[in-house]
Amino acid sequence: MREVNTKEIVDVVARLCMDANYNLPEDVLDTIKKAKEKEDSPTGKAILDEIIENNRIAREEKLAICQDTGFALFFVELGQDVHIIDGNFQDAINEGVKKGYQDGYLRKSIVNDPVLLRVNTKDNTPAIIYTDIVPGDKLKIIFCPKGGGAENMAEVQMLTAAHGIEGVKKFVVERVRKSGGNPCPPVVVGVGIGGTFERCAMLAKQALLREPLGAPNPDPKFAEVEQELLEEINKLGIGPMGLGGRTTALAVHIETYPCHIATMPVAVNLNCHVARHKSAVI
Amino acid sequence: MGNEIKLKTPLSDEDIEKLKIGDKVLLSGIIYTGRDAAHKRLYALLKTGKPLPINIKGAVIYYVGPAPAKPDYVIGSAGPTTSYRMDPFTPFMHEKGLKATIGKGNRNKDVRESLQKYKGVYLAATGGVAALIAKSIKSAKIIAYEDLGAEAIRELVVEDFPCTVANDCRGGDLFEQGIKEFKI
Repeated sequence: MREVNTKEIVDVVARLCMDANYNLPEDVLDTIKKAKEKEDSPTGKAILDEIIENNRIAREEKLAICQDTGFALFFVELGQDVHIIDGNFQDAINEGVKKGYQDGYLRKSIVNDPVLLRVNTKDNTPAIIYTDIVPGDKLKIIFCPKGGGAENMAEVQMLTAAHGIEGVKKFVVERVRKSGGNPCPPVVVGVGIGGTFERCAMLAKQALLREPLGAPNPDPKFAEVEQELLEEINKLGIGPMGLGGRTTALAVHIETYPCHIATMPVAVNLNCHVARHKSAVI
Repeated sequence: MGNEIKLKTPLSDEDIEKLKIGDKVLLSGIIYTGRDAAHKRLYALLKTGKPLPINIKGAVIYYVGPAPAKPDYVIGSAGPTTSYRMDPFTPFMHEKGLKATIGKGNRNKDVRESLQKYKGVYLAATGGVAALIAKSIKSAKIIAYEDLGAEAIRELVVEDFPCTVANDCRGGDLFEQGIKEFKI
């Protein structure tokens, strides 16, 4: 049993909040730079240039890349030989979010109840925390600040076996087409197939975290579908910010899980071009 | 791409008439911030004929909830939010004198029609380039609804704020045109 103090968790989380919001992962930035070379639309090219320049400013001046510094999502892999001491694990994560968003001059975007009151909680808490218990004595924390604009374009459909892979492709391409410029394209397209209603949504979210961006699904059959979908999506003409162009998506990532004989749920979750996430291991 | 046009607020009908989709606009002067929560309140005031906290005649509203300002900065990162969420409120605001809105993503038919009817324009700014856009904001002060935090209404003084005409007063739609041009 290895002990991990909640104080350390608070500090690590605060640092992750700032790091993720200032520094776009290099693989994402590289993909954007490559896309710019292939973009035919002058407006699209100019927008990709702005994106690259913005990331330089954010990194150099330690500023939020986007004013929407997101809902604080955490994917935690907790080693079963870790013993968390000196307080409550979830409180520590929330304390870290509070500190990171305060000290990092990040926007507080969470309202206390979703419909009736909608009063800002003023510290960007509560976070959303998903915890997996895994072998080992390490604590891995992946932080993903998820903006609202792209999240609003997500959808789950309960397809059936009769729809087949063509049904899946049609749904994914259609979802991106309908989203237009709203999710801040070029987007990352996360697709979850299988599991249950909520599991496929989770798979779509986790698909957005795959590293490096554009890495293929380990199953060659799904890797091929990812490529086909990326090509189809980039034929839509939506382009950077929806103003027309070739670069609508930077990557399509599919994650799958076995499913019930009666079902074939599919979820699409989009990430804007500010495809942020950072992780730390304690 | 269209022309590069410098504009100063407040905007007049003549300013609006010379804009066409694809024009790059560098906007200077006072603009107001407002997004979901502030729009709900502004709309309620307008509907009941009560005075607004901003002068809406010739005004420009920027759909943004900025990040907090670091020391020595006038504002934090401040890029546009998605505009369609304000669609239910926008036509009536144009009727009352609003001239332009700045945001990202396309607008519904009602908004596009109101731009033609009341001579208005919708300007697209680049989403997610919020640190870059903040450089064109020279001052910021909260003038209403401080309780809304990032969603409070701020008066911004901007200089050469970069945006593109996405919907003009003649029914032009850059989103539609862009897709038509690049769809394979």
